[in-house]
Amino acid sequence: MTQYMILIYENEAAYESASPELWTSMLDAHNAFAKAVGDLGGTILGGNALQPTPTATSVRSGDVTDGPFVETKEALGGYYLIEARDLDHALQIAKLCPAPNGGVELRPIMDTSGDAGA
Amino acid sequence: MTAGTSVADALADAHRREWAFVLAATVRVAGDLDVAEECAQEAYVDALQAWSRSGIPDRPGAWLTTAARRRAIDRVRREVTLRRKLPLLIEPVEVDALGGPLATADCPDADGVRAVPDDRLRLIFTCCHPALNRAARIALTLRLVCGVPTPDVARAFLATEATMAARITRAKKKIAQARIPYRAPSAAELPERLASVLSTVHLLFSTGHTAPTGEQLVRENLCDRALDLARTLVTLLPGESETKGLLGLLLLTDARRSTRLDDAGRLVLLEDQDRSVWDQLRIMEGLRYTVEALTRPRPGRFALQAAIAGAHVVAPTFEATDWPRVVHLYDLLLEQEPSPVVALNRAAAVAFRSGPAAGLAELDLLAADPRLAGYPYLPAARADLLRRLGRPDEAARAYADAIELTTNAAELEFLRRRLAESAPGATG
Repeated sequence: MTQYMILIYENEAAYESASPELWTSMLDAHNAFAKAVGDLGGTILGGNALQPTPTATSVRSGDVTDGPFVETKEALGGYYLIEARDLDHALQIAKLCPAPNGGVELRPIMDTSGDAGA
Repeated sequence: MTAGTSVADALADAHRREWAFVLAATVRVAGDLDVAEECAQEAYVDALQAWSRSGIPDRPGAWLTTAARRRAIDRVRREVTLRRKLPLLIEPVEVDALGGPLATADCPDADGVRAVPDDRLRLIFTCCHPALNRAARIALTLRLVCGVPTPDVARAFLATEATMAARITRAKKKIAQARIPYRAPSAAELPERLASVLSTVHLLFSTGHTAPTGEQLVRENLCDRALDLARTLVTLLPGESETKGLLGLLLLTDARRSTRLDDAGRLVLLEDQDRSVWDQLRIMEGLRYTVEALTRPRPGRFALQAAIAGAHVVAPTFEATDWPRVVHLYDLLLEQEPSPVVALNRAAAVAFRSGPAAGLAELDLLAADPRLAGYPYLPAARADLLRRLGRPDEAARAYADAIELTTNAAELEFLRRRLAESAPGATG
């Protein structure tokens, strides 16, 4: 099994004036996702939603600035850390991850326990 | 093997026909693409000596596979403690669970029990994984599936050897680190994964087919490699009609290879090509695969493109082409593949069916599509229709626009010739 990070990138504008119903439906979608991952034989090791980029603070060589590290139309808004058999399995899972206003990026976690990563 | 066949010839032949078998079977033992590649190469070197000494074996592919796998086993034993932490992900059991489309036929071209046919599929599907970018897929396919040396791969794509080597290394690294598994896809994944494989092979062919600036042989070699790959895919996936569509398309296009350029290396348009020298054997074979590919209810994009190529090659003259059928096929193709490039080709067919003015009207609709900005064939098609309509000044401007955007030498020469004809005194 390999660990992957699913990075959820979405257009934040879509959530700026979200109704309580929208939040409930998003929550439902993520709960359904969690169940689907188990059904596919994968494991969710962790995950969170992030507060939107206006709350972000960046630090570059000690300089503190307001805002995200990189300004993009679709911003990092949440993540999951999952465990999957291989990239195909992880992609199968990632395709189910809710991101209606954007998409997700899948990154393998580097194994730093030994001499790997070279 | 005939008595007159030299060892070098036999080896060259075995390299061309068996490389993918040998490598694919060795990867499963080595668990690493680089190690497998080295072992396969060493097996070919061993063969030169062994075959010179004891004669060419009855089944060169089996001999080479055994030799390469033996070397891989030795290496794995020797290096077991040194092995990288990220060997290739190999799942020897999953084929059993596949069933359906991937239940493969025996290879008729196999001269014995060598690698399981699936091994080649594993290799092809791994090299063409959609998680790799297009350039990487083509480079890996040529390097690993076709066994083309990196300098030749670089030359074919007008890249430096260092650039191409770096691209191949990056792709191999991604396969290992992102854990792209060395296996053929499941039935559920097959449509998406096969599309990626077929478009890679098609792109390989197109690169070779587009008239080159030089390196003619390298480019023609690409066409041959693509044809070989398409044939292999038809053999390995006999139930997939799109593989037949692709092979049909490549054969029907390739049948006209010798007439695309004249003796001076200048581009000859389809309408001016000498149809009597088209390769009739290729045409017959191509039509056979095309018909088979078209028998399913909703033909795929390669089957439709093959049908269009077929409509051209069966016409006794350019004027006698069944243009209503060609336009209809483009309509079907647009449904499958709503791309502006397909729409552009359709507009050209409309011009031959209903006259250049009708074609020009279609082109004007397309001109607003930002995806066609910078696409040289749009002004080139416009120029041709304006020329036919007897509007030489506008034609000249459109030819000049096309020349701006064209990099291919043979195409440039053609456009400049047309520009000179439509506007004497103007230069490209």
